[in-house]
Amino acid sequence: MPSSLLWAVDVHGRVYSLSTAGQYWELCKDESLQFKRLAAVKQCCWGIACDHQIYVYVHSSEVPIHYQEETYENQRWNPVDGFSDRLLPSDRWQWSDVTGLIHQPLNEFKLASPQWEWESDWYVDENIGGEPTEKGGWTYAIDFPATYTKDKRWNSCVRRRRWIRYRRYNACDMWAKIPLQETGPLPDPFNDIAVGGWEITDEPLGHLSVWAVTVQGKVFYRENINDQNPEGSIWTEIQTPGEVVQITCGPGDLLCAVLWEGQLIVRDGINRENPKGSSWKIVEPPNSENGLVQVSVGVNVLWAITRDRRRGRNPRLNGNALCPPFCMNFALVSFKCTSSEVWFRRGVCSENPVGTGWICMNIEMVMVNVGLNDQVWGIGYEDRNIYFRHGVTPTEYSGKAWKIIVASREHDRASRTGSATSLASAGCFFGDEVRLPSQVSISSEVDFSSEMDKLAKKTENILETIGERASCPHASGDGDGDVASSPDIEKKCADVANVFETIPLMGASSEKWVQPVAEPSVSQAPYLTDQGGPLQDGAELIIAHSISNTMSSDPAETSSVSSVGTYPFGIEEHYVSDERPLWAWLSGGGCEVEAHTQLNWFTAQSGQPFSQLSFSMPISCTQQTVWRKQIIHQLTERSKRELEDFKHYEQAVEQSVWIKKGAMQWWRDGKPYKWIDVRVALEQFTGNDGKRDGIFFIYYTFNDEKKYLHVFSNEITILVPIANETKHSFAIYTPERTKQRWPIRLATTTEQEMYDWLAVLSLACCDSRDLHGPPSNQALWSVTCKGDIFVSEPTPNLEAAQHPLPSDQLYWRQIGGHLRIIESNSQGIVWGIGYDHTAWVYTGGYGGGFFQGLASSTDNIYTQADVMCVYIYENQRWNPVTGYSSRGLPTDRYMWSDASGLQECTKAHTKPPPQWTWVSDWYIDFNAPGGTDREGWQYAADFPASYHGYKTIKDFVRRRRWARKCKIVTTGPWFEVGPVALRDISLIPCVSQKADDASALWAISSKGDVLCRLGITKQNALGLSWLHIGTDQPFASVSIGGYYQVWAIARDGAAFYRGSVSPQNPTGDCWYHIPPPSKQKLIQVSVGQTSVYTVDENGNLWFRQGISPSYPQGSCWQHVSTNVRKVSVGPLDQVWIVADKVQGSHSLSCGTVCHRMGVQPREPIGSGWDYGIGGGWDHITIRANSMETSHNPVSMASDNAPMNLPNQDGTVGDNSRGNLIVSEQQELNGHAVNC
Amino acid sequence: MTDDRDVLRDVWFGRIPTCFTLSQDEITEREAEPYYLLLPRVSYLMLVTDKAKKHFQKVMRQEDVGEMWFEYEGVPLKWHYPIGLLFDLHASNTALPWNIIVHFKNFPESELLHCLTKDAVEAHFMSCIKEADALKHKSQVINEMQKKDHKQLWMGLQNDKFDQFWAINRKLMEYPTEEGGFRYIPFRIYQPLNERPFIQKLFRPISSEGHPHNLGDLLKEMFPAAVTPEDMEKQYQVVIHGIEPMLETPVQWLSEHLSYPDNFLHISIIPLPRD
Repeated sequence: MPSSLLWAVDVHGRVYSLSTAGQYWELCKDESLQFKRLAAVKQCCWGIACDHQIYVYVHSSEVPIHYQEETYENQRWNPVDGFSDRLLPSDRWQWSDVTGLIHQPLNEFKLASPQWEWESDWYVDENIGGEPTEKGGWTYAIDFPATYTKDKRWNSCVRRRRWIRYRRYNACDMWAKIPLQETGPLPDPFNDIAVGGWEITDEPLGHLSVWAVTVQGKVFYRENINDQNPEGSIWTEIQTPGEVVQITCGPGDLLCAVLWEGQLIVRDGINRENPKGSSWKIVEPPNSENGLVQVSVGVNVLWAITRDRRRGRNPRLNGNALCPPFCMNFALVSFKCTSSEVWFRRGVCSENPVGTGWICMNIEMVMVNVGLNDQVWGIGYEDRNIYFRHGVTPTEYSGKAWKIIVASREHDRASRTGSATSLASAGCFFGDEVRLPSQVSISSEVDFSSEMDKLAKKTENILETIGERASCPHASGDGDGDVASSPDIEKKCADVANVFETIPLMGASSEKWVQPVAEPSVSQAPYLTDQGGPLQDGAELIIAHSISNTMSSDPAETSSVSSVGTYPFGIEEHYVSDERPLWAWLSGGGCEVEAHTQLNWFTAQSGQPFSQLSFSMPISCTQQTVWRKQIIHQLTERSKRELEDFKHYEQAVEQSVWIKKGAMQWWRDGKPYKWIDVRVALEQFTGNDGKRDGIFFIYYTFNDEKKYLHVFSNEITILVPIANETKHSFAIYTPERTKQRWPIRLATTTEQEMYDWLAVLSLACCDSRDLHGPPSNQALWSVTCKGDIFVSEPTPNLEAAQHPLPSDQLYWRQIGGHLRIIESNSQGIVWGIGYDHTAWVYTGGYGGGFFQGLASSTDNIYTQADVMCVYIYENQRWNPVTGYSSRGLPTDRYMWSDASGLQECTKAHTKPPPQWTWVSDWYIDFNAPGGTDREGWQYAADFPASYHGYKTIKDFVRRRRWARKCKIVTTGPWFEVGPVALRDISLIPCVSQKADDASALWAISSKGDVLCRLGITKQNALGLSWLHIGTDQPFASVSIGGYYQVWAIARDGAAFYRGSVSPQNPTGDCWYHIPPPSKQKLIQVSVGQTSVYTVDENGNLWFRQGISPSYPQGSCWQHVSTNVRKVSVGPLDQVWIVADKVQGSHSLSCGTVCHRMGVQPREPIGSGWDYGIGGGWDHITIRANSMETSHNPVSMASDNAPMNLPNQDGTVGDNSRGNLIVSEQQELNGHAVNC
Repeated sequence: MTDDRDVLRDVWFGRIPTCFTLSQDEITEREAEPYYLLLPRVSYLMLVTDKAKKHFQKVMRQEDVGEMWFEYEGVPLKWHYPIGLLFDLHASNTALPWNIIVHFKNFPESELLHCLTKDAVEAHFMSCIKEADALKHKSQVINEMQKKDHKQLWMGLQNDKFDQFWAINRKLMEYPTEEGGFRYIPFRIYQPLNERPFIQKLFRPISSEGHPHNLGDLLKEMFPAAVTPEDMEKQYQVVIHGIEPMLETPVQWLSEHLSYPDNFLHISIIPLPRD
């Protein structure tokens, strides 16, 4: 997960942020202003400065914020002038918007604020619905308003053209003032601000609801904030039942405010159509005499602070009390009287924003703030520390305990020149001071430190004895060391425990600690390593922090006992309290913390910051250091020396046959088709040549007769997990089974069992094919429709002109992770895109996921998360009495169903796929293909039919799609690229093998921006940064082929060629519009060495004819095939696709990998298909395979003719490995068949 | 492309061609042929010499068979040292195969521990693993393991099952990433013909300044003579698993990849013959 920020303001009004990956508060880059309130979300932070004006701080992104202004020039024909700007009186304006209703001449467009600047001058758009227009961009129609075409006809009386101009937002990474309003009611100075509401709608992209409260208690809503317009347009006043003191807004539709009188008001009626909501509901505070002063909401939680219980006070002071730049002294004094209890509101959710009841949290805080994932932070009432609520999960929104964030400030660290001691003491100060008057705490520390000295000596002794023990392990003489040693060490450690235990007890006697001291557990772990104890347990806290002090003198050893002895404990007394930040306000609205997130906030740190590490991908193990190479070389030499001449010697330990047995269910091959119970056994043995081999047996009974089925492990081409909620099953394919489209299907009782077997079988297959370690640079990668990732090693004869290797013989092994798209090139660079549009780069590892131990590398496997939607449909039929209702005809589908209507899917009973967990509630999906009406309905004449997003008189049925997000957390050799979300990527397939040469990568962002990645090399597959390439409309697909030919597909279905792209000019100069095949909308493009192939939305595969160096755009589209979902064209111009449907001898498969046969330089279209693995495949890339056929294997390495074309460096493939594999594989297959 | 896994594999599958010869002192009924075996470097003599034992017992009278022990060039071989270590320590730089003399009587009580069954080897092996984990993780990892995991480690070693052994052993090789290594490196430094059995002290993989310690750092502290100054002639070979890793090799990496199955880095320091 990329890091995100927690924002806070100290009592001097200085703004700091703390990264989830960091350990230090960093002062805001723009220090020019003091602030009193902040409201942050991921992409920006809104704040109220000490001038009571509102500012926004937008984080810079690699894709610039730019806004397309457009206006239309309208003309009418008359016999005298021809087309002219003299229109009829009833006509629209000469310059208007698209509807013709608003007058907007070119020169009246003004920049909205000083933060914007024009990117270019006005120009004419020469594109209508993917088709290029004549020069000048005019589109013709009979009259306004009507359908416009690019062709001028005899009856074309009017014409119009579209002018475009871009403006760019220039105020990223700084506080940009929201301009004062020139029209409408001018809001007073502001007092509070809230940002949220991005989950209400994704139309327009990046919608945010910003709410502000003025000093006079009025509430305003900022209109039109989205990604392209980060500052919004105007303030609209929202009526309230009383004067408001504070406001809060959740990510979804929760919006609450606090009235001066102390009641809570909750906004009702916020939805997609009306983000401002419609009315207020009043909620009474926990008890009537102590009203609320501050409140914060998330998606499903509401936290609040009440007015001081003991004293009561004028609530109007609150605004100032938290406004330190003005009244620093006063604020400090008034801390006492703003004392506030923290309350949690039970049962708050979108359906019931009012909640059910209050729970008192028994802690006093100045304010609380709810961030992403309903995590909560607060500022302590007395100590002004920031507390994080630990243990907030979807099952326990109220969390478990408060933990103090003890991260120190960046400039503190700098000014102390990394002095470990002072920092450490700061950490101790924060830890110990909790709720203790300072005098007492010092006195206890004196005792404490002397006690710690004793402790230190004691632990040292213990360590010494452990050391002694370690250095004379054979003292017992009989070799039975574990009996003697373990209890001994355990006893010593128990001693340590006792020492620790005495300290808090002492403390407790001098203080009035209420909490009993927890009994240290027998295991040493908790009290030696836990550094941030929960607040409730004061005793534990003091131990934890005193240890963390000592630890911090040695950053690498945070959990060692031994360093206790070396640390001078008296140092706490020298502490100057001035250095500690006192916090005034915070906002976690942009801070992504989940239950499993590791935070470094709770321990005081010293020395170098480690946080940097998490931002760069570690160098993969493929980068060999000298000593490593030396070791590997010596080991090889050793084996030669010690084994070569002695192979005939007997092995001391015999390798026996190894058998794994189990019980499973098997889907019968013949009728009756059903699951039957079977016994299975995998027998593995080591051949005389030292090679492992295996046979997998399935024993079953048929008609009381015992039978069996067997597969050789070297015959298996793939093992596919088929996860569904009813059966934990997997499929085994062999070439024969692939032809039949009828794999062996087996099911286990538990999921764990299935993954165990998959791992064991997969290892057996790899062993028998001698496949170990990471895939080669030339590997083929594919992704199933479940997001599982498979990789296959190509062989030199895979692309042979004569007798190529049948694609059903490729062996595919699984790699951990979850992706939708994967792209690679022959340098071994691989990128993927998850279902949630996150981009991932391959780390060079293997395994992950369910692969454990040896089937997996360790140092380059990372956690990978992905989010996707599960969809169900609500179906209704019209009847004359009630209109549309859920009462269907008896023949109708289920009223809640899947897309096909065949399966009943209700909200309550639909489960996420195995290993996935729900992360949202059900919501109506307004983005269903085909469009929807305002309530999300799609209409049709009858089920099943084609649906449209509007109601006509012939429509008797309707449906709407409900979506629910679910999430998987797995592991794999993938490193997150971040932060731009992507929908397509393409790597240049063939480049020189020089390690420092850059590989070109082009991508389409999820918003449709075209991006080019800079600085990708073999050594740094992650690259450096994105470069944005301007387009006039969103794009959908991109591909970069040989000679830096870049082709892209726009969302309107047209193709574009990018001119003049080269290593020197990585972004090229301009787009050439290439019309799609007639009446077709293209959706995907793939460019090989010279071949350009596209796929349209009806599954047609097209080849671009007439491409030549002088005319790279080509001349026309040639139809190649139907039934195609995706195409991948490689560096040899080889063509592979994922086909929609393929008929096998036993069954039909959807989503099948196919290989184009007969592709030759003179015949780039080829002649037919060869069918590979499937169905259920979603994506394939063969763009890394530049391995050429050769009749002479010796010349393989140098044989790379097609790559040696002018101005292109040759590619030397990693052929040796592939070579090896093919010969073995064929041999083994032959062997298998003979058996 | 070589992965660190391949190093583990190479280490595990190291074999020493060995020729067992029955001692001249033994009384035999007929002449005993030498017996040839490939001994796994990572295993123990008592685990892999059943075949040799059977071979020699065939030519001996039952009453003459005492506890078996081995000798190489006059040195009794300690069964509780891994075979690779014994070879590196006593027989490196000699011609292969390794000639071991087998004895069935005159057990050298003062120099060897008795080993009547394989249980003794197991007990010794497990105690080494436990000691190593006490150094690496304060015993946390080994204590969290179940009995069957311990058994799997032992069975993996006994049956020469690399996968079986490493499936468990990898847990013992893990460490918190933020700490950058183990607490202490379990290592032992041996010298041939030395009174002291070996050198073992506490040594951290990371220096107090946060730099990873390398093999040179370790030797400088434990056995300075083994680190040859630039202008001097090399006096000692530093051998692990029959190879001489560069002194720049980080000890943490060595501990993870070149430790014996007992989780200790057994380092032999062999004086070079002066010419």
